[in-house]
Amino acid sequence: MSTIVDQTVRTRPVSGRFAIRRLRDFSLIPVILLLLLVGFIVSPDFLTGSNMLAVLQQCTELSLLVLGETLVLLAGRMDLSLESTIGVAPVLAVWLVLPAHGGRFHGLGTGLPGWTAIPLCLLIGALIGAFNGVVILKVRINAFILTLGMLITLRGLQVGVSGGNSIFELPASFTYLGRAAWFGVPVSVWLCGVLFAIGIVLLTWFRHGRALYAIGGNPDASRAAGIRTDRLLLIVFILASTLAALAGILYVGHYGSISASQGSGWIFQVFAATVIGGVSLNGGRGSMFGALTGVVALQLILNVMNFAHVPPVWDQLLDGVIILAALIVSRFSSGEAQD
Amino acid sequence: MSGQADHAGAAADRPGHTADQATAADPVPDGPTAELGAAVAEAAGITKRFGATVALDDVSLRVAPGEAHALVGRNGAGKSTLVSILTGLARPDRGRISFDGRAAPPVSDPSAWRRHVACVYQKSMIIPSLSVAENLYLNRQDRGGSRGPGAISWRALRSRAAELLETWGIDVDPRAEAGTLTVEQRQTLEIARALSFGARFIILDEPTAQLDGAGIGRLFDRLRALREAGVAFLFISHHLQEVYEVCQTVTVYRDARHVLTAPVARLGREALIEAMTGEATELRQVGSGAAPIGEHAPETLAVDNLSIEGVYAEVSFRVRAGEVLGLAGAVGAGATALGETIAGLRRPTAGTVTVSGRPVRPGSVPASLAAGIGFVPEDRHREGLVPLRSIAENMTLTVTRRLGRFGFVSGAARRAAAVPLMERLDVVAAGPDQPVSALSGGNQQKVVMGRALAARPRVLVLLRPTAGVDVKSKESLLETVASAATGGCAALIVSDELDDLRAADRVIVMFHGRVVKEFARGWDDHRMVAAMEGLSGEHDS
Repeated sequence: MSTIVDQTVRTRPVSGRFAIRRLRDFSLIPVILLLLLVGFIVSPDFLTGSNMLAVLQQCTELSLLVLGETLVLLAGRMDLSLESTIGVAPVLAVWLVLPAHGGRFHGLGTGLPGWTAIPLCLLIGALIGAFNGVVILKVRINAFILTLGMLITLRGLQVGVSGGNSIFELPASFTYLGRAAWFGVPVSVWLCGVLFAIGIVLLTWFRHGRALYAIGGNPDASRAAGIRTDRLLLIVFILASTLAALAGILYVGHYGSISASQGSGWIFQVFAATVIGGVSLNGGRGSMFGALTGVVALQLILNVMNFAHVPPVWDQLLDGVIILAALIVSRFSSGEAQD
Repeated sequence: MSGQADHAGAAADRPGHTADQATAADPVPDGPTAELGAAVAEAAGITKRFGATVALDDVSLRVAPGEAHALVGRNGAGKSTLVSILTGLARPDRGRISFDGRAAPPVSDPSAWRRHVACVYQKSMIIPSLSVAENLYLNRQDRGGSRGPGAISWRALRSRAAELLETWGIDVDPRAEAGTLTVEQRQTLEIARALSFGARFIILDEPTAQLDGAGIGRLFDRLRALREAGVAFLFISHHLQEVYEVCQTVTVYRDARHVLTAPVARLGREALIEAMTGEATELRQVGSGAAPIGEHAPETLAVDNLSIEGVYAEVSFRVRAGEVLGLAGAVGAGATALGETIAGLRRPTAGTVTVSGRPVRPGSVPASLAAGIGFVPEDRHREGLVPLRSIAENMTLTVTRRLGRFGFVSGAARRAAAVPLMERLDVVAAGPDQPVSALSGGNQQKVVMGRALAARPRVLVLLRPTAGVDVKSKESLLETVASAATGGCAALIVSDELDDLRAADRVIVMFHGRVVKEFARGWDDHRMVAAMEGLSGEHDS
């Protein structure tokens, strides 16, 4: 993560209004530093390598949803169904791969080898995204309401297929990514770091990434400038859902099972993290790095509350209050009205 | 040139067209005026239909290099359709477009079109959240970059943008966020972007509509300078004064047809306005036989010093009971906004509206209704009707209180209230329960009118009441207004349609947010249009 920060600072000239606009990307850095300080005061076990790695791993699943949602929001649309995709894609993939008899969970018994579970899962995510994109762009249905419908439908599909139970019998390859560590750092953290780096580079230095800002800022003008808006939006929806499916794989490996309520209610966290990170709900404004700081800040808050021994029954209230406060603060720090 | 001759011959072969040509007075014969080699842009024999509507009927246009060419015409003349065909956004049903003497690229290749033509629309075509530099090179930020394959070099982009801005003398920081630019800067940015594609033909759609006087002056200076550098313009404006100021040639369209093309210097204002308005319409004069309004009739509606900052200012007038007042103004003159203010849809920044001596609470539709102001909104689809509900329900929407107690609405009472209104307005429908979405435009408008009348208003405010309805419905709608006035109502018709205004006892004209002229019944069409187009001063003196 530190490499990302260095790179961003180095290539952005510090002068004039341009620089102020860029500084918004870093508006959460002081908040993160403050949280680290508070955590340090609260508990000696907070600012340790193992806890920091644990926090980062906690971030990974949410951060992939945020990565996808940021792409969609920058292009001026929304995708609520990500929180169901994270659960349904692994369930369907495992259902296709597992044998029909022998375990508590009955698969289809298609005879597919275990290693296909990951590609299948990603493919299912891509198909969900393609469906979202095609219906939104071709049938012209509002993205909010369509993906809300998809959220419920996909959740229902997951419950139906899994029988409402968690699934514990999983192919070994499927849980590897969420379990393993390379050089003492979880694979999922490496993976997210690389994906965010790609996202930042794409959105900062590449025409197609910049086109997302253009589409979100003024679709008519983008079309007039020769940007293939519909095609790019379709790609963005596919990418977002595929990332959600990948997040599902990491989550399954991390916790060792596919939980029946996997991802349920996450979309609020996803939106909170992206908006706190400075991404506009109106499209065309925000950055991938800002969104990442939003995720880290949210997870640090939860972690610090843990160490402060806040009774878990108050978690939800505190969570909500902190998100609301952060939204109001970021509304003023970005100077943009979020209507 | 042979194309032009063919086009004239084809026109003469069609009986309908010839008859029209014969009755329309053409002060200057149709045809191109410049013979300076290939035209920078030419449209020949263009026809475009949208369903049953003919948007353009065999029209032509020829813009010479370095020329500022004005395209004028009243609403519905086909100007915007021509713009979309000239910019490659729409394909003509017949006819051809050429640039520099060569056939235009296929509609499927927008980047090829951009090398020939660009349009600066009234609507902003920049991305507000991106920098000026990025907007200039949108979707081609990576050309000429040095940061590896396909990657954008922001430094190179900014310096290229700064160079371009300097070449055309535009003083804008390339790093500034485009959303912070003024309208004037935004326009020059869009012009610069068009030039950077190599286009030497730029269409300006109502470029002065959102500019103040000084800004208009600077824009015109820039246009002259660019013209000297060989850039040609197609200038679309409702303000004829501006046509005389910056253009060399003017083309007039009327009702989707080409009427004339002439050098501006050889075409008098009278002739230009006549070309735009055409001959007197065949519409029967409505209400002309009415008795003059008595001096002692009470002043039902009084408007005093009404203003909305930046829209219109210090408008005052009186309408007596039984009088129909016309309020004329072109798009952006503020007349519509004034009508909406009286109806309570907009809140004025200063001034008062009084009905029968009682001030009306500003900015509140219920207060206006309670004061006895009936309102026919401008856009019946957006503000006038609930399309899936019945005629009866739509007509009685404002008077539900009279149809039952405690919020309960009796269906029978509703039908009973609607039927006489339907008869009075001559609504052609299966019955009061038919949904309004199934009605024709004229009958829908009658339902909107019926709703305004259902509350038995003392004041009737109508915004473009006959927009998009057929001649017969138009007549019956205007007659309804006249009869409402005879019944003691004070009526205000806000419109830029001469037919609507002819139904008024007198007409006041607004231009750029101010009342500039007043006409008594029996006014002359040309003077009325001249006043609406802001030419009244020169015209009279």
